[in-house]
Parts: sequence; C-alpha cells; structure tokens
Amino acid sequence: MQNFEHLVTDVTSQESFCCLDGETLLNASVRSGKNIIPVGCRNGGCGMCKIEIVGGDYRTGKMSRAHVTEQEEGQGIVLACRTMPGSSLEIRSKGTSPGFN
Amino acid sequence: MYKGVMRPGHVQIRVMDMAAAVSYYRDLLGLIETHRDSSGRVYLKGWTESDKFSVVLRETDRPGLDFCGFKVFNNEALESLEAALKAFGCKVEDIPAGELDDCGRRVRFDSPTGHVFELYAEKTRTGKWGISTVNPEAWPRNLTGMKATRFDHCLLYGADLDGTLELFTKILGFSLSEQVIDENNLRIAQFLTCSMKEHDIAFIRNAEDGMLHHVAFELDTWEEVLRAADLISMEDVPLDMGPTRHGLTHGQTVYSFDPSGNRTEVFCGGDYFYPDHEPVTWTADKLGKAIYYHSRELNDRFLSALT
Repeated sequence: MQNFEHLVTDVTSQESFCCLDGETLLNASVRSGKNIIPVGCRNGGCGMCKIEIVGGDYRTGKMSRAHVTEQEEGQGIVLACRTMPGSSLEIRSKGTSPGFN
Repeated sequence: MYKGVMRPGHVQIRVMDMAAAVSYYRDLLGLIETHRDSSGRVYLKGWTESDKFSVVLRETDRPGLDFCGFKVFNNEALESLEAALKAFGCKVEDIPAGELDDCGRRVRFDSPTGHVFELYAEKTRTGKWGISTVNPEAWPRNLTGMKATRFDHCLLYGADLDGTLELFTKILGFSLSEQVIDENNLRIAQFLTCSMKEHDIAFIRNAEDGMLHHVAFELDTWEEVLRAADLISMEDVPLDMGPTRHGLTHGQTVYSFDPSGNRTEVFCGGDYFYPDHEPVTWTADKLGKAIYYHSRELNDRFLSALT
C-alpha cells in the first residue's frame, strides 16, 4: 500500500510538517523536530496536544471527554495524538498560539 | 499515631478502551487478571498480593482515577474511622459489600484536594498468585511482561495540600515522610506513609483538584526497572521519564502512559520510614534533582500531563 504524505501547516507560525497517512499529527510533529504541538501522554488522556483543525479532512480515535467535548469535537477541536490526516491540513496549536486553549 | 489503616488496597482506574488497557496492565506490566464483573470491570493484582485484586479497570469516555482504597485492620477500626471522617467534615458514603465483587463494605470519602478515597476491612484472600502458602517457592514461573509485584501507591494533584495533610495525619494516622518546600515556605509536595514504606500516598499542589499523576507498581530490582524500560520501547509504549533514580524517596524508576494516557510508574527500592523519623525536606530550587536525580533538569510533561 502506498504511504501518502499530507502537509500540515500551523496557521500561526506558518511552519509545516509532513504527516503520513495513518500517522498521528503529534507523531509527525515530533518527527519533524519543529515542536509545533506540545507533547503529553500521547494516548488521548491529558489534553496537552489539543489543537484546532482550521481546514482539511481528518479522522480521530478516542479522546478524553474531559478535554474535548462533543461540541468542541464538532468545531474541529481535537487531540493531535489521536488525529490522522485525510488531506493536507491547517491547524492552530497552543504551542505557537499561547492564547488558544 | 496508628488508627488501623494498614496499606494501599486498591485503585479503580478509568480507561477508554478496555481491551487495550488489559493488554497494558496484564500483558505489559505483568499484573494477574483475577476477575471480570457483570458491569464489565476487570480486576487485577500483582502476583505477591494476598487479596484477590488491587487494580480495577472501568471503561468510560475519560481517563483518570475513580478512587483509591486503603485496607484497615478490622471492622471495629473501620467503624471508628468512619465516625472520625464524618466529624472531620468529609462527605462520607457507605458502599455496600459486593459493589466490588469479593470486597466487603467500603467507607468512601472525599479529600480537600478533591480526590475520592475508600476504607475497607474485608476482601477475599486468595494468597500470593502461583505459589503455595506452605513451603512456598521464590516466585511463580509463568509471569509476563514487567512482572510487577504489587500496587504500591498513587501520586495525586490538587490545591488544598494542608487540608489533605491534616485529614491523612490526624484522622487516618499517616505520617509525613517527605516534602518539597518552596521559597515562600509553602509545601508544594507531600509524601505520606502508613507503614515502613517511604510513601503510601503522595500529593502535589496544583490549581485543579482531583487529578491523577500516576499509579505505581513495585518491581524487585534495578535490573527489572531497566528491563521494564526495554519492554516499553519494544512495545512502542509512550515513555515519560527514566529509567533513573528519584531524589525524593531515592527510588529507582521508569514511567510510561497506559493506552488512555494514565501515567504509571514501575519502581524499586527507596528509603524506609519509622514513626520517630523527621520528614525529609527538599527545597524547590533543587526540584530538578529531587525528581530526576541524575539529569537534574525539570521536564514540563512529567510535571503537567495529568488525567
């Protein structure tokens, strides 16, 4: 199976990194060495990697409802450790936008 | 002064995917699965523990700690502690025998740091797993993963450390074994014991109440801690810190995250405590060394990733 790459761009810093199909946004961010997204438990529990998807297609795994409510999930708020791209993505991260929470 | 609280007895941990959680706690940490109840909860224990279970996993949509329970000496102690908790002002709830299978009546109460604790006197005793109580062998042959020997303690985060210290020392009979004091003489961490262990429960000062930092399990040796870290890498499980030594308690340790993001520690060694000991004090300007005895550098994730 071909391993598609998707470009993920942080709209605040305009920094980008490549994320493989089936790879989480957090893993790809760590792999890029750019530290765009803060790293916590990596398993959907602690909320440290909470980001907003501004544009693009994606799918998510189980995320703690203590950090992402159903309403937030509907507005594109996700945990990067549980989110995989389906297309190129634009994101907003508290790693580069301290006001965003 | 001893009030009849003997030891940490159980924790109920919230997980988001039961199959993944069982694989982590049973197959990787090496706990023994002893029971599943009609509500789907899974019960486990470390192989050296005498009672039937010490870890209960409950599947829900957010991880964290439901409660931590301590076993008390007998039902008379349970009743007298229940009265003392009510007089102290805790919200006390009577949980009937059998709400957890194989566990007697539990006295549930809240702490000023917003955590839920329980006391109980009776739980089905099954003995150490895999070896006899008569002429026992040293260890059972068919353990898996890290071969964790027992549930040991929890580290919890909350705001009112002073209130919780008063509850645990005056009402429950714990002693303050170790603490971290900041430049304003504020206690930002407290390690409490009801035994000869350096800690049976610990708390860190934090704005948000009721949070879990980690649940800890004991291993036999530093070699086993290193081997646990090897397994964490082999299984591609998120490592948090270590293998290293803590300055606090001087235990040797490695931390990882379960598949729902709850942090667990496996550790060995550490200091001991007698009731005549003075608390050990670390100063906040040495917090790096207190936590990471070798690197001496603070790590934001270890301090702030909570469930």
